[in-house]
Amino acid sequence: MTQELLKITDLSVEYRTDKETVHAVNHINFSLNKGETIGLVGETGAGKTTTALSIMRLLPEKTGFIPNGSIVFEGRSIYDLEEKELHNIRGKHVAMIFQDPMTSLNPIMTVGEQIAEALELHNTDHKSHEQIQARVDEVLSMVGISPSRKNAFPHQFSGGMKQRVVIAMALVCEPDLLIADEPTTALDVTIQAQVINMIRELRDRLGTAMIMITHDLGIVAQTCDNVAVMYAGRIIEAGTAADIYKGEFRHPYTVGLFSSIPNLREKTARLTPIPGLMPDPTKLPAGCSFAPRCPHATELCRTTPPAAYKNNTHVIECHLLEGKDGWTKEARV
Amino acid sequence: MSTKYDDSPLMNLTEKKVEVNFKKESQIKEVWRRLKKDKLAMFGLSVIVLMIVIALCAPLIRPYSAAIKMNMRLKLALPSAAHWFGCDGYGRDLFTRCLYGSRVSLTIGFATAFATLVIGSMLGALVGYVGGVLDDVVMRALDIFSAIPSTLFAMAVVAAMGSGIFNICVAISLTNIPGFVRIVRSAVLGIADQEYIEAARAGGSPTLHILLRHVLPNAIGPLIVQTTANVSSMILSAATLSFLGLGIDPPQPEWGALVSEAQEFLRRSPHLLIFPGILICVASFSMSVLGDGLRDALDPRLKS
Repeated sequence: MTQELLKITDLSVEYRTDKETVHAVNHINFSLNKGETIGLVGETGAGKTTTALSIMRLLPEKTGFIPNGSIVFEGRSIYDLEEKELHNIRGKHVAMIFQDPMTSLNPIMTVGEQIAEALELHNTDHKSHEQIQARVDEVLSMVGISPSRKNAFPHQFSGGMKQRVVIAMALVCEPDLLIADEPTTALDVTIQAQVINMIRELRDRLGTAMIMITHDLGIVAQTCDNVAVMYAGRIIEAGTAADIYKGEFRHPYTVGLFSSIPNLREKTARLTPIPGLMPDPTKLPAGCSFAPRCPHATELCRTTPPAAYKNNTHVIECHLLEGKDGWTKEARV
Repeated sequence: MSTKYDDSPLMNLTEKKVEVNFKKESQIKEVWRRLKKDKLAMFGLSVIVLMIVIALCAPLIRPYSAAIKMNMRLKLALPSAAHWFGCDGYGRDLFTRCLYGSRVSLTIGFATAFATLVIGSMLGALVGYVGGVLDDVVMRALDIFSAIPSTLFAMAVVAAMGSGIFNICVAISLTNIPGFVRIVRSAVLGIADQEYIEAARAGGSPTLHILLRHVLPNAIGPLIVQTTANVSSMILSAATLSFLGLGIDPPQPEWGALVSEAQEFLRRSPHLLIFPGILICVASFSMSVLGDGLRDALDPRLKS
């Protein structure tokens, strides 16, 4: 189970327009083994979705550019693939659950047709029409929708049910990697819990590796083995879930994220939000990108980007860890 | 891949008997069921079907010779029991001429509207979805086409290729394609940005598949409305060509030609204009109500 499925090395993504260049993702590294789940956490605009789209090679053709870095999936570089091989990987080996179930279903196709579509496109072992329909029924019952509703159209479903259909579409080919891009953001809280439980259960049953993109630390705690915290296009802290939740040292940004969550056990007069906003990705600061908002920022932080400090599985990019016991300095990429 | 499915505890396809679901047929039935509820659309459909049947059965109703046989004693005769629509300037029976004219006019109307629909939607969807240089080249080329007055353009085509129904159809289709491409392109531009198109790409669909299965079906509303409007406007375009002497060769009748012949006698014998005029109006009205009904019936979101 420790076979490496996906390896992202020094990946940067830019959106170039005539006026400006947006540095959406900057030199990120992570890898994912078969069957594992990694959580990508961060504020809106941190580059989480861009990372996901670049894995699928779905960046907008006219504006999205990858100046450096590589994405290797099952030993093959995604960006060296022919168009045909790419179509084969999308849907069959890598599937994506989109953020908004309201708009990610085709309004004029029945849900059954939409689920069957991926099977028909990737029908390498010549399944018959009956077998495909049987598989559609099976996936629908797996996500808790009665197969008798497969001839219904998306507008006849509630938001939670639509998201179940979207999940069924992603899982129908039993992909090796599932990218869930904020799968519950558009849903209300009770449905969120159901959907998260379902995703977790299905992942465990099918042994699918998963990238869970979210800004909800609770979801990460429930689902992920590893966590990468993104800020302004960089992974500023990465490690196992235990490292992030219980580690001795954490990145000031991660600490800030946690103190923005209401705590039921402690009585606090007010929450502690992180002051300020994420830096403009067209003009990133010279030093640490979190320095303008960081309560511990020094002059060094404002001028020099921090190196990565490593302690076993836990990696943090922050000057504060300089000279701390057990943390070794690594070259910044 | 077969082993992958066999190993999975979730796949127990082997012995499972599944009721086969003929979804294509059931969807057509569904559309038909919804169309039937629309009284006005059904009226339009009945009229169109009736016109086609009458056009096909024309030889059983009146012989063709009656449409071209001149009889100067009956010149400009008023409608009577023997000549239901009266007679034209050469004493030919107007009813028979309208009857045989419907064959030509309906053929031109439907054939050109269909050709425009197929070529225009493929081209429009392609340039709208692919965009970039292809979009620029095709759209600028079409701009040049539309800069030439359409009648002049059709005349040039007919003059170059010669008259005859097929060449007239080609000429009329060509003049209408640029406008149609523009309509399809704008509809497609709106649809291509939708998240379900991105989801389809993420599912591994090739471009052509996305165009045919996801983009065009979502643009069907404006396509149908434009196509049904085209049927009647193309009958009139054919009339313009006939009027200019570049259409159907006389004495073969055609609705548009009948209207233009009638204007010579407009004051004395308005019935020559009224009968073919009514036929053109009824045909185009029926087409457009049928088109509206079809658009609604094809949209599952409007399903009650």
